[in-house]
Amino acid sequence: MDFSRLQNLAMNDNGFIFDPNSGYSYTSNETGIYIMKLLSQGIDKETVREKVLAEYEVSEDNFNSDFEHYMLMLEALGLVEF
Amino acid sequence: MKKAYMAPNIERNSAGNMNKYGAKSVVRHQDNIEGVPINDLVKEYGSPLIVLSEAQMRKRYRRLQDVMQMHYPKVELAWSYKTNYLAAVCSIFHQEGARAEVVSRMEYEMARKLGIEGKDIIFNGPGKSAEALRIAIEEDALIHIDHLDELYLIEKLAKELDTIPQVAIRVNMDTGISPQWSRFGFNYENGEAYRTIQRLLSGKAMNLRGLHTHIGTFILDANAYYWAAKALLELASRIQQDHGIVMEYIDLGGGFASQNTLHSQYTPGEFASPSFDQYAEAIGNAFNESQFVRENLPTLVLETGRALVDEAGYLISSVLGKKNLPTGERAVILDAGVNTAITAWWYKLKVNPTRSFPGAYQNTIFYGPLCMNIDIIRPAVPFPDLHFGDKVLITPAGAYNNTQWMQFIEYRPRILLICETGQVELIREKETLQDVNARERIPEHLRTL
Amino acid sequence: MHRSPQNPDLSALDITIAVTGLKTGDNPQPGVPVIRSIRAAGFKGRIIGLVYDSMESGIYLDDLVDEVYQMPYPSAGAEAFLTRMEYIVAKSKIDVIIPTLDAEVILYIRLQDELRKLGIHSYLPTEECFLLRDKTKLATYFPPRGILVPDTALVSEISQIISSKEQYPMMIKGRYYEAYKANNVEEGLKYFYEIESRWGLPIILQKMIPGDEYNIVIVGDGEGGILGMVPQKKLVITDKGKGFGGVVVKNQQLEEFATKVIALLKWRGPCELEVMRGYDRQYYLIEINPRFPAWVRLAEGSGQNQPAAVVLKALGQDLAPLPQCKSGTLFIRHAEDIITDISLMGEISAKSELMKKEK
Repeated sequence: MDFSRLQNLAMNDNGFIFDPNSGYSYTSNETGIYIMKLLSQGIDKETVREKVLAEYEVSEDNFNSDFEHYMLMLEALGLVEF
Repeated sequence: MKKAYMAPNIERNSAGNMNKYGAKSVVRHQDNIEGVPINDLVKEYGSPLIVLSEAQMRKRYRRLQDVMQMHYPKVELAWSYKTNYLAAVCSIFHQEGARAEVVSRMEYEMARKLGIEGKDIIFNGPGKSAEALRIAIEEDALIHIDHLDELYLIEKLAKELDTIPQVAIRVNMDTGISPQWSRFGFNYENGEAYRTIQRLLSGKAMNLRGLHTHIGTFILDANAYYWAAKALLELASRIQQDHGIVMEYIDLGGGFASQNTLHSQYTPGEFASPSFDQYAEAIGNAFNESQFVRENLPTLVLETGRALVDEAGYLISSVLGKKNLPTGERAVILDAGVNTAITAWWYKLKVNPTRSFPGAYQNTIFYGPLCMNIDIIRPAVPFPDLHFGDKVLITPAGAYNNTQWMQFIEYRPRILLICETGQVELIREKETLQDVNARERIPEHLRTL
Repeated sequence: MHRSPQNPDLSALDITIAVTGLKTGDNPQPGVPVIRSIRAAGFKGRIIGLVYDSMESGIYLDDLVDEVYQMPYPSAGAEAFLTRMEYIVAKSKIDVIIPTLDAEVILYIRLQDELRKLGIHSYLPTEECFLLRDKTKLATYFPPRGILVPDTALVSEISQIISSKEQYPMMIKGRYYEAYKANNVEEGLKYFYEIESRWGLPIILQKMIPGDEYNIVIVGDGEGGILGMVPQKKLVITDKGKGFGGVVVKNQQLEEFATKVIALLKWRGPCELEVMRGYDRQYYLIEINPRFPAWVRLAEGSGQNQPAAVVLKALGQDLAPLPQCKSGTLFIRHAEDIITDISLMGEISAKSELMKKEK
């Protein structure tokens, strides 16, 4: 999985993301930005998963399903490549 | 302490989807029904679950009666069985003093079984069989005639039974609304209604006691009732002049809208639906302008069902799963679908979370559990993230769901009544295989596999 | 007591005013011109813009609004609306609100009491009066009272379009927005589906009246009288049918016609009448829009500051009559590009609110 495109994004803490390459902008939420920032630093998915579980109040089952959804969304938006 | 979690989400901005709320709460959650926690109800009775409120039904009934009486004192309400014919529901309205309004032999028998006498039953509808009419005539029910063949049949039965049937004529007219329900009853404007009455009276076989109309369903224009009442009162006046017969009652049928919102409506129900006061004022105006009313003080009968019971009904449903659609919307699969809440096909039902969510909102579409593409409980609404097992509350669900629900592939769920005392009563048990196939017969040659 | 006509002076008024509908561009909303007129009356207090979309261009104008909040669409219902209003008022009080979009007016009327509890005042018609001007009602209410309306039919099914005996071309209109000229049944069906998908049923089918169109912006006093009235003839019409230029006219018959409409309705608050003078020299009422039009600055510009008057009436103040408008006053609409950084859009779209000027 290739997360290099995430490095080009301008993200602010409000959840606004601008892709200067395509001109698209996105709105994400706190958890979404948290994950994207980690991924853009080159941290692998498994470590990201552990970090979220340590940082946020959420069960492993619920987060796993949300995380998979989120990765699919990022892929659908062309922000990560499989 | 760990931070509050919300499911990660991302959406591309484009003109047209720029209305978002960040972390602001738009949807209020509801975790109880009249003080009874939803979690406790599901723990004890399972999911999905239909819950009805006795207090709501009584409150709305009394409110309608009070408001009508402020505009016209002589009002009677008839409970429209087809709206919800659960025995407990009918009994609540009968205890409040409602007559029964039925449209089939089945409903007629339901009313009789609950102890309602024939004389307190209004028998409407275009499909009354000879057997049903025979019973209704013998028991002095008020038969509202829909078409000429029915009139001939009643005349014939009256002769056979040597009884005078108690009847009214159903009339349709232009009340300024669209669509006009011209398929039921006899038309006012083209004189068909009056000719039918002349024909009925000349037969001397029945006792014409009232005039009836039912202008449509979910009428958002209260003024339509003014025109309906005016037409019936003019007709009554003409009957009195020409034949010396005084109509005892004017039945304006039902059709008052609830707070639900039709799919075709842009404005939500709470802004579009007239209040009881607005309907009452429209009807009251027509009555108070009428010379016939001043001289004869006829009874005004209303058969409105939906506006009395819709908001008293709740459907609790649980999340079976979720997925993301290619459109960027989130799909949630619930354990109750259009088999249980068939009114989802007509209305934008309200779906409320049953606990608070810190999360952002994402357009969420609610599907039922059926293997049909059309099993949609609610097209996309902004909604917080739901997880497996989370419960949602679907409202208003009290009208037509318990009468039009479908058997399709599932057993029907339990129905509870929250009584005025706060006590929870089971008023319909969950179905079993026995309920579904007890009436089937397998031919001998198919019994070995 | 007779008072000489004068425009309201809002320079000493220390309140907060909220206005909706800040989109300009090819299909402009009335919010921006309403705010400009209020400022032109000397108002120095705070102005809050309520928007639905973070791309509404008025958000990006310098020195227009002090704060911006995104609102849920009217179709989201009363609860979503009030929850949002409570949130806004907790951050920044609102004393007067002027809604400017057709579909939201009924919500502000029905929720007047709840808004009043939050300290928010408005100057709007009663619900009964509002409903009488509904496009579906004009043709039944007005003609018996001496105001002509083109023949109108309400349709809920395509079969009614196919079987309609009216002569084409006809106007096909949505209940809230959009009107098209259909030249034949095929076009009628096309517009039926287009309008149905956006604005629901019923759809309004109206006979075309060939002639000259006039638009009149009016503030009614709720007792049958008029606080101000400015009629214009459109001079520039875009391909979407929007007036992008017009001139104030002086026409006694037209004014009498409009005065009679308002007297019949006892309209309170702002509205726009669309009137046709047919080639038969008769005046026909086409529509009553329950809010200021996007060209309302022409009222202020021709000597009658109607938005400022509405602010004072909402506060329950007594008002001197507004001055006569000056015929021959022209407006011509001019579009301009606003240059800014995308972070501004980022803030409003992520937070749903924007503080443009600190308190």
